[in-house]
Amino acid sequence: MKWFCCGSNCLPILIWNGIGRASSIALYCMSNSVVFNPASAPDFLPICQLRELQLHRLQRMVQKAYERVPFFRAKMEAKNLTPQDIQSLSDIAKLPFSTKSDLRDTYPFGLFAEPMNKVVRLHASSGTTGKPIVVGYTKEDLNVWGNAVMRGMLSIGMSSEDVVQVSYGYGLFTGGLGAHAGAESLGATVVPASGGNTHRQVMLIKDFGVTAICCTPSYFIHLIDKAQSMGIDMRELPLRYGVFGAEPWTQEMRKYIETQTNLKAYDIYGLSEIVGPGVGMDCIHQAGPHIYEDYFYPEIIDPETGEVLPDGEQGELVLTTLCKEAMPMIRYRTRDLTSLNPEPCACGRTMRRIKRISSRSDDMFIIRGVNVFPTQIETALLAIEGTLPHYQIILRREHNLDTLEVQVEINSKMASDTVSEISALEKRITKNIHQIIGINAVVKLVQPNSLQRSEGKIQRVTDLRNLLSSKN
Amino acid sequence: MKLKQLSIIISNQPGMLAHICEVLKDNKISISSLTLADTTDYGILRLIIQDWQKAKKALETDGLVIKESDVIAVAVPDRPGGLYRILKVLNDGNLNVEYMYGFSSFVEGKESIQIFRLNDIEKGIQVLTEAGVSIIGEEELFNGK
Repeated sequence: MKWFCCGSNCLPILIWNGIGRASSIALYCMSNSVVFNPASAPDFLPICQLRELQLHRLQRMVQKAYERVPFFRAKMEAKNLTPQDIQSLSDIAKLPFSTKSDLRDTYPFGLFAEPMNKVVRLHASSGTTGKPIVVGYTKEDLNVWGNAVMRGMLSIGMSSEDVVQVSYGYGLFTGGLGAHAGAESLGATVVPASGGNTHRQVMLIKDFGVTAICCTPSYFIHLIDKAQSMGIDMRELPLRYGVFGAEPWTQEMRKYIETQTNLKAYDIYGLSEIVGPGVGMDCIHQAGPHIYEDYFYPEIIDPETGEVLPDGEQGELVLTTLCKEAMPMIRYRTRDLTSLNPEPCACGRTMRRIKRISSRSDDMFIIRGVNVFPTQIETALLAIEGTLPHYQIILRREHNLDTLEVQVEINSKMASDTVSEISALEKRITKNIHQIIGINAVVKLVQPNSLQRSEGKIQRVTDLRNLLSSKN
Repeated sequence: MKLKQLSIIISNQPGMLAHICEVLKDNKISISSLTLADTTDYGILRLIIQDWQKAKKALETDGLVIKESDVIAVAVPDRPGGLYRILKVLNDGNLNVEYMYGFSSFVEGKESIQIFRLNDIEKGIQVLTEAGVSIIGEEELFNGK
């Protein structure tokens, strides 16, 4: 039997956590009549025990990386550091950062800490420029990964009763197989639909009685639209959980999804450099993803100075893997801007939460001196009835003036037979964007599905400014 | 009395119109009439098709977004003042013509057929009928020739 009801089976937690904590969890579980799965136990570790565990794992990992990864050792030596310098968790700040370019420089296997006969899986980024980024996993790494995703799914109330459609792409991209591993560890029925073939996706959701779906939020919105054109109302289907990630999204998108369907939209956070999806996930309270801190140690830094910022302050998320064997990652700069929330969550989890990632510092662009994030354009767009977040931003330089073009895919709610209606819609979008960022955008409507997608994600920003100016 | 018109917003790029016609051809669907409203960035293609349901399905399967609207086909006498009289009836009824275009595949007698899109189609039908203007129904339009 996989499941334990808290009222009768608290023993595993008692052993794990000590009596005081276990009884408070038991009380919580009973008062909410939540079914408790022992796999969730680490989520509730008392803070002091969690910090001890993190330090122990950090020391072990730094030691291993120092011994086995020459690239990392050289970085340590350049700072006159040895693994013995890590005596407390705060000593982590002494360690050098890792960046995406480290992964490129050591392509393909330069950061591996295990021989290839221990590496059972490789994944790689879909990198549009240059060499991809390669990550490796041992068998145990795959276990950890599946566990992390499963714990996320448990925390939103999913169980082995669920039928889970995984519509992230399967393959080198970590989305598909990561969500798959989590759902399978959970004992759920997995429908490995992968990406694409929207018509068939909708048919499977309906015919298989799918109760949970994992995909990018923008792809799911596309599915809603498709279902409508097929005469299917998603609200009448048993779909209850949406595990959405792999791209930044907004509260407006969540609201839209939750009004068009009966599901709750949960944010899953992750990046392949660390493990893939499952570094953190929303719990049932949707109050920002809990980071699974026993596996991944989070810090927030000032992206300019690299200085560690206190909990609650906004900055760049830096992650250290605490259990990764094949490719330990130390102080990896994610380029994601967020803050760490140490406040106790209503769910009782002790793992800190990050604020929903609404921006990646990589995606930010500067136009006429204004810093703009694509999600601001999305907010402007979604404030208008009938629009969907299928858009792309094109930056150009014309006569030494930067221009901002927003291409928006036409959808069935925007369809019209008069030019005046379409122009009015374009003007409303322009006006909303202007209100948020203070810049007049040129809004262009484009054919449905014409914006190029990779792994279900639309490339949000295309900057042609340098390209054009070099031609002039 | 009313006819279904299908509208498609198409971006201004080479081959879009041909592509739509190809989809219809592949599904053995004939276009009875069409008009294209164009702006610099996109155009709106409006189609009158007898089996509009089949056409809609075929175009949607191709990934296009289709808008259905109701229009009327009006017989316009082919003589000076023929169109004026009809527009005056509509004007007197406080109705606005959003757009109109000729129906191309109908040749009979001394009348031309114009497709009208009105802001209030029900009222339009009423005032035109009262004024003795003949509105051509679907049956007559597609089978009457």
